[in-house]
Amino acid sequence: MKYVLLFVETEQFMNDLHAMSEADRARAFDRVHQWFADNAHAIRGGSKLQHPDTATTVRLGEGEPIITDGPFVEGKEVVSGYTEIEVADLDEALRMVRTWPGCPVVEIRPLQS
Amino acid sequence: MTSAPDASHAELSRVVREHAGSLAASLVKLIGDFATAEDLVQDAVLTALQRWPLEGIPERPDAWLFTVARNRGLDMLRRESNYQRKLAELEWPVHSEPDDRLRLMFTCCHPALPRPAQVALTLRVVCGLTTAQIARAFLMPESTVTQRITRAKRKITDAGIPYRLPADEELNERLTQVLQVIYLLLNEGYLSTSDQAQSRNLVDDADWLATMLHQLMPGEPEVAGLLSLIRLHRARATARFDLGGGLVLLQDQDRSQWDREAIAKATELLVRAARQKRPGPFQLQAAIVACHAEARRWEETDWEQIVLLYDMLLHLAPSPVTRLHRAIAFRYTAGAHAAMSEMDQLADALGDYHLFHAARADLLREMGDPELARAADRRALELTANPAEKALLQQRIKSRPD
Repeated sequence: MKYVLLFVETEQFMNDLHAMSEADRARAFDRVHQWFADNAHAIRGGSKLQHPDTATTVRLGEGEPIITDGPFVEGKEVVSGYTEIEVADLDEALRMVRTWPGCPVVEIRPLQS
Repeated sequence: MTSAPDASHAELSRVVREHAGSLAASLVKLIGDFATAEDLVQDAVLTALQRWPLEGIPERPDAWLFTVARNRGLDMLRRESNYQRKLAELEWPVHSEPDDRLRLMFTCCHPALPRPAQVALTLRVVCGLTTAQIARAFLMPESTVTQRITRAKRKITDAGIPYRLPADEELNERLTQVLQVIYLLLNEGYLSTSDQAQSRNLVDDADWLATMLHQLMPGEPEVAGLLSLIRLHRARATARFDLGGGLVLLQDQDRSQWDREAIAKATELLVRAARQKRPGPFQLQAAIVACHAEARRWEETDWEQIVLLYDMLLHLAPSPVTRLHRAIAFRYTAGAHAAMSEMDQLADALGDYHLFHAARADLLREMGDPELARAADRRALELTANPAEKALLQQRIKSRPD
């Protein structure tokens, strides 16, 4: 089955990351890279996203589309990246996510086949 | 026919429960689709509950249910040739592995499903309850239960929740989910007065599930702990209600009504589990209940031991409700004032919990403050919906002179 992992950052997580020493931060990124390497067999694609400040939201309805600055939901938790994976079932996806060393929230969403 | 046409409601449910889970497990394996298999079993169960009261329970209820499910499947799936071919090839008996029902339980209690859905699915799929029976047992509209089950089944299919036993490293966490579902049935059934003609005794289902789980996983001490806990409650169930259906508090219960043999057996089960030296919340809760069950009189209760067990339980599974129960026990080793200062710390966490106020009322009465006690009982009364508890609180509020 195919799933998308939505990586979600929190304000606290960002603050903690900024408070780290350069060396610690480099180690944190290394752990994330290692996770992608370890799970390369299941990973089909994906990307880190630019900061939510860079988002533009378009609401379509009656009349002209409404274009606003920022992500579609404003909140303390923001999607910061996504990865498409292909694994046998939800349990396998859960096992993968359990070892994720980055941001503190991950949503697992199955793709429509 | 093994039984007269007027087979009782309870007997029908028992026979269905004995076979529905195995049938569901076999069908999921054969068809490879949880939701479809579950529909077929539910349909067979509904047919059985309609026809068995008139025709009597068949000699081979499992084969009967299987035939109905299979024919229904052939009917329903006419357009889906793949399922149809598989079903047409089916012969009874289908060979099911001993752990098939275990797999079924782990799927129903998968952590990706919300707890109420885990409970409803387990009752329907593993115990063979109908949606109407589940709704009655939880005093919920049938449409709510239907919706929960439909959503859960859709998630199992669409999100790829697997139908297999969890891997070793996940087993503990996943088993806890299953045990919590069974424990919830115990709690839900615990306060309901039994023997209302159509109502289902959920404690009975909890016992049945825990027994099955214990047979399938004899080496898991927490499973044995939960089974022991359920048995210890059941052994004293008759003393918990008076003839009018009113609730009788532990200290006022007629202990000669307790089933001493059942208590001894449940305690033995717990002792054997404890020998494995893998303590857990259910073993500890059972041990606390065993302390009460072994006391011949209220005055002989070993409160020191009970407080100690609560300390261990809080260490493993901290929760404000457990702290409340510890404070209640603490009163008998350290006095009402000491217990009250423990309880005061819980006011924020348990302000909306009726037992918190009822327990405070008890302490306030002992501390010689009947006015505040009455106010606390009134607050408890506002917060509970259970008729038996309501009656008891009303009696307490009334019985004291103003």
